Formats: sequence, C-alpha cells, structure tokens
Amino acid sequence: METNTTTNRIRIADLNEIDRRGARTVRIHNIEIAVFRLSDGSVHALENRCPHKGGRLSEGMICGSAIHCPLHDWKVDLSTGQVQEPDTGCVTAYPTEIDSESGEVYIVI
Amino acid sequence: MNNIQKLVLIGNGMAGIRTLEHLLKLAPGSYEITVFGAEPHPNYNRIMLSSVLAGGAGLQDIVINDWSWYEDNNIRLYTDDPVTAIDTEKQQVTSRSGVCISYDLLLLATGSKAFILPLPGADKEGVIGFRDIRDCETMMETAKTHKKAAVIGGGLLGLEAARGLLNLGMDVTVIHINGYIMDRQLDEAASLMLRRELEEQGMTFLVNKRTAAITGRRRVEGLKFADGSELEADLIVMAVGIKPDIELALSAGIPVNRGIIVNDYMETNIPGIYAVGECAEHRGITYGLVAPLYEQGGVLAQRLAGMETPGYSGSVTSTRLKVSGVDVFSAGDYKDEPGTRSLRYQDDIGGVYKKIVIKEEKLIGAVLFGDTSDGAMLFSLIKSGESVVGREKELLLGFNPGQPEASGAMMLEQMPDDEIVCGCNGVSKGDIGEAVAAGCRSVGEIKACTKASASCGGCKPLVEGLLQLYAGAEAGETMKEGICSCTTLDREAIIDGIREMGLKSVKEVMNVLGWNEPEGCTKCRPALNYYLGMLWPLDYEDEKESRFTNERYHANIQKDGTYSVVPRIYGGVTSPADLKKIAAVAEKYNVPLVKFTGGQRLDLLGVKKEDLPGIWAELDMPSGYAYGKTLRTVKTCVGNTFCRFGTQDAMGMGIRLEKAFERLNAPSKVKLAVSGCPRNCAEATIKDLGVVAIDGGWGIYVGGNGGIKVRAAELLCTVKTEDEVMEWTGAYLQYYREQANWNERTAHWVERVGVESIKQALANAETRKQLVTRIEETLSTTTDPWHEIIHNEELRKNFVQLPELKPVLE
Ligand SMILES: Cc1cc2nc3c(=O)[nH]c(=O)nc-3n(C[C@H](O)[C@H](O)[C@H](O)COP(=O)(O)OP(=O)(O)OC[C@H]3O[C@@H](n4cnc5c(N)ncnc54)[C@H](O)[C@@H]3O)c2cc1C
Ligand code: SF4
Ligand code: FES
Repeated sequence: METNTTTNRIRIADLNEIDRRGARTVRIHNIEIAVFRLSDGSVHALENRCPHKGGRLSEGMICGSAIHCPLHDWKVDLSTGQVQEPDTGCVTAYPTEIDSESGEVYIVI
Repeated sequence: MNNIQKLVLIGNGMAGIRTLEHLLKLAPGSYEITVFGAEPHPNYNRIMLSSVLAGGAGLQDIVINDWSWYEDNNIRLYTDDPVTAIDTEKQQVTSRSGVCISYDLLLLATGSKAFILPLPGADKEGVIGFRDIRDCETMMETAKTHKKAAVIGGGLLGLEAARGLLNLGMDVTVIHINGYIMDRQLDEAASLMLRRELEEQGMTFLVNKRTAAITGRRRVEGLKFADGSELEADLIVMAVGIKPDIELALSAGIPVNRGIIVNDYMETNIPGIYAVGECAEHRGITYGLVAPLYEQGGVLAQRLAGMETPGYSGSVTSTRLKVSGVDVFSAGDYKDEPGTRSLRYQDDIGGVYKKIVIKEEKLIGAVLFGDTSDGAMLFSLIKSGESVVGREKELLLGFNPGQPEASGAMMLEQMPDDEIVCGCNGVSKGDIGEAVAAGCRSVGEIKACTKASASCGGCKPLVEGLLQLYAGAEAGETMKEGICSCTTLDREAIIDGIREMGLKSVKEVMNVLGWNEPEGCTKCRPALNYYLGMLWPLDYEDEKESRFTNERYHANIQKDGTYSVVPRIYGGVTSPADLKKIAAVAEKYNVPLVKFTGGQRLDLLGVKKEDLPGIWAELDMPSGYAYGKTLRTVKTCVGNTFCRFGTQDAMGMGIRLEKAFERLNAPSKVKLAVSGCPRNCAEATIKDLGVVAIDGGWGIYVGGNGGIKVRAAELLCTVKTEDEVMEWTGAYLQYYREQANWNERTAHWVERVGVESIKQALANAETRKQLVTRIEETLSTTTDPWHEIIHNEELRKNFVQLPELKPVLE
C-alpha cells in the first residue's frame, strides 16, 4: 500500500488480543472503530456504528464475512462496509494490515 | 439497435413490477426498461405491511425483488424520485430530481393514496394513512412514546392497523361510521362475531360515529365527533379508503374518471400509454386488491410481448382479514339480494359462522368466520360459475347429511388442472403439480418457484394439500421448511442428524448436513448451539461466538450500546444488606437508572460495557440471567408467611424452584411464578409455568404468556407436596427443552402440540423420572457467568477497549 502524507498507519493490537470470530474496539481521533478477526484469520476494521440506528457493530455476531448488528440484525459486509440487502447504507471500512512475523495488527487511516 | 423499444414504468409497486416480471419471461431483451419509484425502496409486498406492523415480519422480509433483480434484468431504476411531468407529444417524462427520459411505451402504475378525510385539523402531526413503509415506521416510532391511538375506519385495513398498534402496546379505539364493522365484506351476523372477538383482544369500538374535527396544537391531541362527544388520541390512522393516484395522468391530459380510463388491454386512449393497478379504471371499476391487478398485469405483459390475448374482463374478488386469532373470509356477492338463496351455519359458542349465497344454481358469494379453510375452494367455485345443485349442503358443512363424507384429498384430486389455486399470482393446480414434479418439496420452494401463496397467503392450506397430493405419493414423506435459509432441513431432521452421526460442534453440523452458507446466520447458529447443548449436556462445549450479544456479555444490550445488570433475587425476596450493596454499587458507577423489573428484581440500566466486570465483582451476587434464553425469574406472592389468605408457603416454593432451575438454557426465555392461594397475586397463570396453592396442594399451570399475545396457562396437574411440584416442573421444563423449536416460547409450543399431548407424556412416572434425571444432568454443568468472567482475564479483555497507539512513521 502506498503511503502519503494524509494516511497514517497505526499499530492497534497483537493478533492474539482479538478472538477468532470476535471483535475489539479502539478509539482513534475520537472515532470508535471495531476490529474484527474472522475464522479465516483475516482482520477487518469498521467504524463502530450501524447506519441503521447506530448499533455498536462490535457487539454483533460474525457470520462468514459479515457482521450482524446486535440491535436489529442488519448485515454489514466486513471488507467493504456495505450494508447487505434488503437494507441499504454503508459504514466506513478502514484497511488493515497484519505483520505476519510479529503478529501486530495495523490500521490505515 | 433500433428495434429495442424504450419502456418507462412509473410506479415501482406491486402491479407495475408484476407486469415487468411477466414481460421479462415472455419477451426477454425486447425492451430497454426504466422504472421510476417515489419510494426509496425496491419493490416490496405492500400486503405484508400489516404483518410487519403486527410483528410477524421485518421490513427486510417483505422485499419482493431486491436491488440485484433490477441489475440482473438490466432495468434502470430511480427510487425516491417521482415522475413529475409527462410530455405526451415529445414522449418524454421528467422526474423530481430532473432526470428526463424519452419513451416509446409508457406504463402508469402509480397505485393509490390513502384517502385522508378533509377534516379540520387533518394536517396535524400524528395523522397518517396506512399505505407504505413510512406510515408503518411512523406507527412503530410513535408507539414508543405515545399510548393512545385512534383508527378511523373499521374496514379491512383499519382493523389490520388496529391489531398492529395493539401489538405495539397502544390503546386502540376503532371509529366506524356505520353500525357494524367490515360492512363492505361481511353481513351483520359475521360482523358482530368479529367485533366480539376483537374486543376480547383488547380493541375498543365506537360505531355509528362521524368524526367532525381533529384537535390539538401542532400535534394531534384528540377527536371531536358530530354528536358532540370527544376522544383523546396521540396518533390517528385514517383507513377510510383509497384514492387512485391520478394527478400525474391528469396533468398530462390522459383521460381519467375515478381512475385512469383503460380498455380491456389496459390501454389509455393515448397511443403507447398504458395503465395497470389501483390507478387504473376498467369498465367503470377500480380495484383495491392484488389479485385483479395481477390479472391486469398478465394481460398487459402479453400485449406488450406481442401475444394474442382475449383481454381483461374484470374480476370477482375475495378478501381475508390478516389478524392473528381471527379468521375471516368473504368473496363475491354475499348479501342477500332478491333472487338469491342462502345457507347459513351459525355457532356462537364455537365462534363459527358460514354463509353461502346461491343464484340460479350457481354459487355467487360466501362469508366465513372462525373457520376459513374452505375459502379457497368456495372462491374457485364462484369464479368457475359451475352448477352446484345438490351439493349446497356439502359446500357449507363439508359433508352432505346422509351421504358419505368427501375427504379433503378427494376434493383436491377432483379439482381440474387449470383451476386457479393462488388468486393473487394466478397459479393453477397444474402449475403446482409441475413445480412438484420439477423437485419442489416444501411450500417455501413452491412459493419461490411459482409464487403461489407469496402474496396474501390465503391459499397456503390448498398449496399444502396439493404438495401432499403430488409429493406424498411420489416421495412418501411430509415436506417441511428448513429452519432458516442456510438449510432445507427442519428441526427434526437436524436433531436426528446430530444424534445419529454423533455430531459435536456447530461447524461439524453445518459441514455434514450440507449448509449452503459456510458459517450460517444469526438464526441457525444459536439454534444449533442450543440443540447440541441440549443433546450432549456433559460433553458439548458451548460456542459463545454463536450466541447473541446478551449471552456473550451476560447483560442486556440496550439501544444506545450500554448494558443493564440484574442480579438474581431469588423469589423476589431480598435483604436490607443486599439492597444497600446494590445501592452502593449503583452510586459508585453512576448508574443512570435503577428500576424494578416486572419479575420482582432490580435492574441497573445504562451501564458502560467496560464497567460490567467491576460491577459484578462488587455486587458479588449471582447473575440474574435477565438477558438470555434461560430461566428468568420466579415471581412469588407473600403466601401464608404473612398473608391472611395464604394456604401455602409461596415464597419458599418459589425460592426452591429458582435455586433448582437457575441458569437453565431453554429454547426461549422461561418465567415462573408461585401464588399462595387461588387469588393468584403472583399472576402465575400468565407464566410459562405457574404454581398456585390450593388447600392442601398445588395446581401447576403451563403455557401462559403475558407478552404480545396474552395467553392463559392451562392446568397440567394438581399435586400434594412441594417435592411433587419440583418433580413435575423439572419434567415439564426438560420436555419443553427437548421438544420445542428454537426460539419457541412455551405458549406457542403448548398451542402447537396441545396441552393434552404433554399431559399424556408426563403422566407416566417413569418418563417423568427420566426427564428429571436429564435436566439434573444439564444443570450440574452450569456455572455463574459473572463469577467466571471476573476471574478469567482472557474473557475480561473483551470488555475493554484497546489502547490507542501511536502512528507508525515510515
Ligand atoms: C396495509 C395494506 C394491507 C393490504 N392487504 C391486502 C391484502 O391482504 N390482499 C390484497 O389483495 N391487497 C391488499 N392490499 C392492497 C394492495 O397492496 C394493493 O392493491 C396493491 O399494492 C396495488 O398495487 P399497485 O401497483 O397498483 O400500487 P402500489 O403497490 O401502491 O404501487 C404504486 C407505486 O407507485 C409509486 N408512485 C406513485 N406516483 C408516482 C410517480 N409520480 N412517480 C413514481 N412513482 C410513483 C407509489 O409510491 C407506489 O410505490 C393492502 C394494502 C395495504 C396498504
Ligand atoms: S395469592 Fe393468596 S396468599 Fe398470595 S398474596 Fe394473594 S391472597 Fe395472599
Ligand atoms: S442499529 Fe444496527 S440494525 Fe438497527
């Protein structure tokens, strides 16, 4: 990934601090971000607000590559932040990187 | 390519899209299609709004064609963008957002608007119709903050709205201008039975009332009637009728009367412009039901595909009220006009009314109340117009006195192949036969393949019958629907699979039983997790990722993302020391709200997630499980300890039950109560299991519910001793755990299987003993989750945020 002056790579966690099919949250520049680790090992980060009524996505259930909001079960794609049909909307998705050697997780913002 | 014509559809509703669906099948690729919709949604099933409001479906369940359907069919779609002008000379339409598109063919399917009575004050906030998703949302939102609703209009739509509002917890008054409700569909006898039934459900009726004005400042506060009386209301739903939406046509100079005037081919008198649906007027009639509109759509699609068609010649309609607990059906001319004869059957005790109207040997109308299973059959006889001479009594009663009984299956067999089973979607008996031959094995699959029963659902019993008829013989098994869209297997098949193959994890079940979603969904995962735990209590390791938030964090998630904490208070009995402790913790953590729950406990609301472990540690009390599908509370009255009427120790009994069964996982939440005498102050007869003391013994009641649909519990048995109460309760709870569907409350389960079948199963002392052994086995493995989290760092980490770290400079 190219870096330029406006992007920041921030180290947020060690991989083992996030359970598989679990989530942790982190607050960066006053935005609450939810960081998810899927069963395939990948890590995804979304702003922690459901576009429906602001449900905290970090509290939801991860199914495959989507997160189900805990409040009304909206389904959000974890890589794109796109809300799945029949609902509409999207959540900001932040790129993430895992350092395969150290197991450190970075978010690009 | 010049020969591809441009087709523009105005109105993204049921009739217009239905026409396109047909057209795409008949002549794929022959039009370049653009659709304009005024609403921000893809095409949805308007009929189902009633179910959404009543809580039976979510808004996401009612979409007919989702966004990808438009894409897949190359349809350009503009939503939330009504067409504002049609230029019939230049053949162009313009939308509100300024899109301007030319057409070769223009299809108007703008539907109707709710008719809002032009009363003084009708423009106030809180006055709405019942027409679209937005109205539905307004009602759901309003119910959260307001109590009193008035529905003007006691017709089909009004009653469905009223039922929904009742379910949303509002007090509902229905105002009707005539003497009896649903007078357009029912005769007086049936209407009165309906009213009685709805009153029992909690509706209030004001009949022979004419509304004169709506009062209030900015927001509505009440109604004034012509007779001078008044009614308070925070929300007014007008359901007095619909008005074809013809403004656009009118302004474009297309001839209109009540609706847009069309001929038998749905053509207006301007070449290239057509109209279908509620906005169209055919032979002087505008329709307000889906079935005729779909017939119109079929004709128009054939026309546009260049096929021969005899044209549309009008429809006979039937209606059904979609209100839970009441079955009403009416079709054709059901009034006793001169020249007609009728047969009636009225059973005020069982709440059944049937009437058929016959004219010149033919059936022309029918009204059914209480038992509508014959509705579809009668309706098809009305439409076919065949002679019913000699069969009249059989039609009414299901058998001919003195003649051998005709079975339902025989009647289905005798039905001709081209007879329409699903009126809404024009699906014939033959079509269903073909679908089954092509492999459909459930009503759901038939629905997906033919659309039969996809709209009002009135024909579902017939479709089920036909499925049995066709598939029963071939496949020799009964077909059921899967537990969710990830699988076609039902609960029984899944449980058998887990047992027979000894499956031990959610993932394994999904792999072995061929799930089509590798990680399942929020419906099947918790169900599988529960079934596995129920079947293998000693070796299954609960999968917390497959549990809903509440059960993962052991507190109730609230709408703002905070949680609530409810410590266990056995039998509702506490001590000053415990109260002080709770108060001190609430103060220390700035808990914004402390509330008594309906089950005699204290609820600390608005707790931040990161504070949960700390609060639990300081409370040092067991978790009250106010958040899960488990045993919740055991409510008690004071019983003979203090009460002058009490005959038994209600508190002692309640505490004993609660200590024995706390932390029990169940298909759904379970609430218990114990009352010390038949005055029943603990309201034990609206609980999943209620115990009521009598002189020298206890009555055990099951299947009660005080929720959306109040249901009185039924007597399971009476016993003499506390030990017997424990034994029967354990056996009953375990039987429920083993037999009920995931997410099925005991009230629904008892209703589905019948209390008699449960009594029979538990009557056997040996069976009871085995059930009790199994429940004890399950209970032996439980631990207090709060305690566990406090002492396990690995679990505790998920309650706190990650620290923010510095950017990495590169
Ligand atoms: C709560 C409820 C329950 C019902 N229950 C039943 C039932 O049980 N059985 C039954 O048979 N029928 C029932 N109906 C009636 C049924 O839904 C209607 O008959 C049917 O939807 C009409 O189809 P339509 O396409 O003509 O109109 P609609 O489905 O209303 O579609 C018209 C669409 O056109 C849009 N539109 C209007 N003007 C413009 C414009 N200028 N530009 C773009 N778009 C525009 C509208 O916003 C609307 O989305 C029910 C209706 C409601 C509201
Ligand atoms: S149910 Fe009977 S014993 Fe219990 S409080 Fe009421 S009157 Fe007293
Ligand atoms: S807030 Fe997320 S689904 Fe409602």
